[in-house]
Amino acid sequence: MPDVEPTAQRRVWHWTTLAVLAAVLAIPFFAGEYYVNFASQIFIACIFAASLNLLVGYGGLPSLGHASYLGLAAYVSAWLFLRLGLNHAYTAAIALAGTTAIAAIFGLIALRASGLGFLMLTLALSQVLWGTAYRWVSVTEGDNGLRGLTRPAPFQLDLDQPATFYYFTLAVTVLALWLIARFVRSPFGAALAGTRDQPRRMSALGHSVWMTRWITFIYAGFWGAVSGLLFVYYHKYIHPASLSLTTSAEGLIAVIAGGSGTLAGPLIGATIVMILKNYVSSYIERWNMLLGFVFVIIVIFMPDGLVPGVKRFWQRWQRRKP
Amino acid sequence: MNFWIIQTLNSLALGGLLFLLAAGFSLIFGLMRIANLTHGALFMLGAYIGVSVLRYVPNLWFAALVAAATVALFGMLLERYVLRALAGNALGQVLLTLGVAFIIADFCLIVWGGDPIPVPTPESLRRPVIVAGVPFPAYRLAVIAIAFVVGIALYLLMERTRLGAMIRAGVDDMAMARAVGIPVSRLFTLVFCLGAALAGGGGVIGGPIMSAYPGLDADMLPLALIVVILGGVGSLVGAFVGSFIIGFIYTFGSALLPDLAYVILFLPMILVIAFRPRGLFGRAHA
Amino acid sequence: MTPALAIRGLKKDFGGLPAIHDVTLTVMQEERRLIIGPNGAGKTTLFNLITGDLKRDAGEIELFGTEVSRLRPHQRVRHGLARTYQIITLFPRDTLEHNIMLSLLGLSPLRWNPFSPLSRHAELRSRAREVLALVDLEAQAARPLSEVPYGDQRRVEIAMALAQKPRLLLLDEPLAGLSQGERAAVRALIARIPRETTVIMIEHDMDTALELAEHLTVLHYGRVIVEGLRAEVVAHPKTREVYLGH
Repeated sequence: MPDVEPTAQRRVWHWTTLAVLAAVLAIPFFAGEYYVNFASQIFIACIFAASLNLLVGYGGLPSLGHASYLGLAAYVSAWLFLRLGLNHAYTAAIALAGTTAIAAIFGLIALRASGLGFLMLTLALSQVLWGTAYRWVSVTEGDNGLRGLTRPAPFQLDLDQPATFYYFTLAVTVLALWLIARFVRSPFGAALAGTRDQPRRMSALGHSVWMTRWITFIYAGFWGAVSGLLFVYYHKYIHPASLSLTTSAEGLIAVIAGGSGTLAGPLIGATIVMILKNYVSSYIERWNMLLGFVFVIIVIFMPDGLVPGVKRFWQRWQRRKP
Repeated sequence: MNFWIIQTLNSLALGGLLFLLAAGFSLIFGLMRIANLTHGALFMLGAYIGVSVLRYVPNLWFAALVAAATVALFGMLLERYVLRALAGNALGQVLLTLGVAFIIADFCLIVWGGDPIPVPTPESLRRPVIVAGVPFPAYRLAVIAIAFVVGIALYLLMERTRLGAMIRAGVDDMAMARAVGIPVSRLFTLVFCLGAALAGGGGVIGGPIMSAYPGLDADMLPLALIVVILGGVGSLVGAFVGSFIIGFIYTFGSALLPDLAYVILFLPMILVIAFRPRGLFGRAHA
Repeated sequence: MTPALAIRGLKKDFGGLPAIHDVTLTVMQEERRLIIGPNGAGKTTLFNLITGDLKRDAGEIELFGTEVSRLRPHQRVRHGLARTYQIITLFPRDTLEHNIMLSLLGLSPLRWNPFSPLSRHAELRSRAREVLALVDLEAQAARPLSEVPYGDQRRVEIAMALAQKPRLLLLDEPLAGLSQGERAAVRALIARIPRETTVIMIEHDMDTALELAEHLTVLHYGRVIVEGLRAEVVAHPKTREVYLGH
């Protein structure tokens, strides 16, 4: 059965992307400050989910410890600024480099297993960071968190203005998504998808499955760290909850609900999770329970997520008899 | 010297509690290949149920039994009607247990509120006992004894009964076990209930030491995880040894380097993964 | 001349049960070797040990004179090894072309490029199409593998191995599950494999396979029972014994 003509599908996606981009660029012009800020938070969640998707969707490596990189970068940047008074150019660089290095180390440990073993190891490692953030009060202030942070001023921009922060975050998000898209479509990305589908065959073809996975793990950690920096700039505050299983789970459900293994999936999933978290939970007040139900419903009824579901619907629509 | 004795006994008590939690987790993972992330929440649910039971019947052991039975029942429903529907989808099952854990956590918050609820120590065990010249809470000694008794009982179950033989066969080679006619579905439900019962009962038994509070699940789950990573999945001996190793490291770590107790837990886990990725007593699956 | 494959004293146990029992085997370059034996004789286990999918318990494995038993599977590929499997495990959602490209990438430094789109590498795609042309499947290059009949999938699998211009090719039951017509096509394909590539084949379909082989090794309960030129082995009484009732 012939597939839908690919160029028609691609054209639709191109126009959709442009439309979304145009709408997104226009938001600060007609939306109030609250919504502009909320949209900035959504962008940050999109980077977090997209980076996790490299592991889950393209690598076939389900991780429940991705909050590690968001939280670690946030804490390092905050600590360097508050305790050592370093300027943000340095705190950002050190936070990114340090977190990426930790991602490399965590990857060495977690990749001793695959599948469920990998999942448990990423979870355990992330929990160690979380527990440490609570207990190492002299460094992290424990349950109080670190406050009193400022936003950087790259190129003299005043990021305390919501609209300016918005466009800055948008620019970083577009850059991140573009680089991630290039990564996924590159020869390396093709090899990565191959290791997800048939690791033994890939080995037999000469690919080093472990190295491919490790490099991806590090790259995913890097972008997780980027989302962490934007996160701490936005909130000007960091708390151990950002390293929690809940944070990792939010990222994971965003990826799965949107559709892992697609580029748009995590973005849609992250948007939905953020909307649920901020709007619905203010009425119900039980975000954890809602998150739990979302997990259960998605896993049972929509395991592929939204984007593949929509794609399938579109293809069936295209193929309908005239 | 006193310090060392007290901390050693504390380590043993914590290890005992962890064993009640980790044994179930390890068996469920080993037999059913389900990383049951609900396990910490089941422990907490048990603790809260115990609290409620104690309001009517002030007997801790009775409360522990009721909690164990209730949590086991919940576990049975969860396994039979929900997890089984996702058979073959290992990741889906894990995510489902995670979702259920979140639901239970908020449920407990709704029902029992946000303040920690202390669990009273049984009257008979309130006096301190002198151990090697040092007074030590009798209750904690009782916890150690309970863990040993449960450990021996589980060991006898696994090694001396037909049921145990079937479980071990399933852990070693599921396909072969099925082929030989072992009623795998019933076994799954049984093991899941057993694990849940241990967690729920363990929550009550741990009550006098830890209280029932929101976040108990999040505090216990990572410890159970590290125990199982260390000891090896599906191994009772591994869960036993691992629980006490972690009990010691965590207790002494918290006493000597309180800020870094969690990081110290990290180290044995890394060593084991580097040199014996299957855990100290884990076995490669067929 | 260095043998393509030299195995000495190879042993492999599975939980106490010996699967490979002290096997010594030498295959010279450019040979066409067929390994036969009843089910459970250890043929696929032997292949798995050669490729590194299984770790040996004892013995030495040399590829073109280099000891490789400590190397991981993907490293052994670099010594000129390629292999097909009894059960086809390719990439069903990807096109035939993409499947071949993954094989070509296996030995190409291009596989470490995380930035430029794969689609822009025209030379890779054209090489993939050349490989598909070798097996008469170029017309299907853009079709997903799952939409192509099983016999063609088997040819793609062999093509993937040949794409890497291997020096030693292991074919594990390449005719399994194929119809008569598909068998003829694959047989013709195997016969066309360049002489420089040494071929070792496991096969059950004796009628087809015997034509392709010059040397035979008979394996039984993990041991080499008979070995030698085709005519000798076929006539050997021990061979008859092993296949009694088969």
